[in-house]
Amino acid sequence: MAMDMFLDQLHGMAQYYPVVLKGVGVTLALSFIGIAAGTVAGFVLGIGRASSSRALSFLVGAYTDIFRGTPVLVQVFVVFFVLPEAGIELDSFTAGAIALSNLAACFISEIVAAGIRAVPAGQLEAAASSGLSRFQQLRLVVLPQATRMIVPSLVGQYVLLVKDSSVVSAIGLLDLTRSGWVIVQSVPNGLLVFSAVGLGYFLICYPLLYWSRRLEKT
Amino acid sequence: MLSNLNFRVIAETLPDFWGGLVFTLSISLAAFAGALAIGVVACAMSLQSSRVVRAPAVAYVDVVRATPLLAQLYFLYFGLPNFGVLMPEIMIGIVALSINSGAYVSEIIRSGIHSIPRGQMEASASSGMSYWQQMRLIILPQALRPMVSPLIGQAIVLVKDSSLLSLISVLELTRVGQTLANDRFMPVEGLASTAACYLLIYYGLKLAAAAWVRLAQRPGRC
Repeated sequence: MAMDMFLDQLHGMAQYYPVVLKGVGVTLALSFIGIAAGTVAGFVLGIGRASSSRALSFLVGAYTDIFRGTPVLVQVFVVFFVLPEAGIELDSFTAGAIALSNLAACFISEIVAAGIRAVPAGQLEAAASSGLSRFQQLRLVVLPQATRMIVPSLVGQYVLLVKDSSVVSAIGLLDLTRSGWVIVQSVPNGLLVFSAVGLGYFLICYPLLYWSRRLEKT
Repeated sequence: MLSNLNFRVIAETLPDFWGGLVFTLSISLAAFAGALAIGVVACAMSLQSSRVVRAPAVAYVDVVRATPLLAQLYFLYFGLPNFGVLMPEIMIGIVALSINSGAYVSEIIRSGIHSIPRGQMEASASSGMSYWQQMRLIILPQALRPMVSPLIGQAIVLVKDSSLLSLISVLELTRVGQTLANDRFMPVEGLASTAACYLLIYYGLKLAAAAWVRLAQRPGRC
C-alpha cells in the first residue's frame, strides 16, 4: 500500500521534469553569471583593497562589508523591490544575477586581497628593481603568485554562490529550489521532492567541493 | 532615493525592528548551541578509525555542505508532516539551522585539532595516557584557541542564514522588514532598517573576533 503510494508520487514527480529542467537551467545560468562576473569584479575590488592607498582600501572595505554583513535574501529584495523606486525596473532573473554577482565580488575581493598581501614583500622589491612598472609588477609578479594561493578558497566560494542562488526563489524566479516548491504543491511528499532537489544541488556542488579539497592538499 | 527616506515611519516601526532583532538573536543563539552540540559529535565520529562510525559523519558533512540551506529548510518544512511530525515553524527553522551549521562547526573543530602537531599526541601516548586523556588534557586545550575566530565567523553566517526563516513565515528581522515593505508600500524604509539591524550584529561579532585575536596574542595568556 505504502509502496503503491510512493510509486504514484514518484510517477507524479516525474511528470514535472520540464519544470525541473528549467529550474536546473536557471540555477546553472545564475551561478555561472555570478561566478564569472563576481570573479572579475572581485579581482578589481581586491586589488583596490590591498592597495597601499589607505583611503581606497578603506572605501572598498566599507563597501564590501555592507554586503558581507547582510543576508543574501535581503540583498535580493533590495535589488528587486528598492531599485524600482529609483526608476530601475528589473525582471527577477536580472535582479538575481546582479545581487549574486555583487555578493560574490564582495567575498572574492577579501580573498584576493589576502592573497596579494601574502606575496612576500621581497618579490615586489625585486620586481621594482628589475625596472617593472607598477602595473607590470602587479600583472607579472604579484597576481600570478596570489592567484595560485587563493584558488582553493575561490572554488570554495563558488560552491557557496551556487547554494546562495537558491534564495532567488523568494522573488518568484523558477530555479531548482522553486521547482521543488512548485512540485510539492501537487505531490504531497516533501521528503521525496526535496531529496530530489537536494540531489540536483549535490551533483553540481560536490564535484566543486571535492576539487577545492584536492587543491588544498597539494 | 535615500534623500526622501520617511524617518517618521522608521521611528514609528522601531519597536517592531527591536522585536525582530531580539528574535533573530534568540533564534541564532539557540541554533548555534545546537550546531556546537552536533558539530562536536560529528567531529568526534569523523576522527574515529572505525569506518562504520566515521562514514555517517563524513556523509552528513558532505551532504550539508553540497546543498543549500533553503532546500534543507523546505525538506524539513514540507517533509516532516509526512512522518506525522508537526512542529511550529520556528522549531523547524532552528533545527534546520543547527543541522546546517553543525556540519561547518564539525569541520572547524576538526581543523583545530589537526593544527596540533602529531608529536603532541605521540608524546602523550608514550607518557601512558589513554586516548581520551590525550584529547582532554593535551590536544583540546591547545586546539580551542585556533577554533574561536572561525567559530565567530560561523556565527556571523548563521545570523545571516536565519533570514531564510522568513520564507516559512517566522516573524524575525527580515520578515518584519518585508511586512513593512509590503503592507505600507515602503520597501526602502523596511529593507534599509532590516539591513541596518543585521549590520549592527555583524559589526558586533566582528569586534568580538578582533578583541579575541588581541587577547589571544597577549603573551602569557590562555
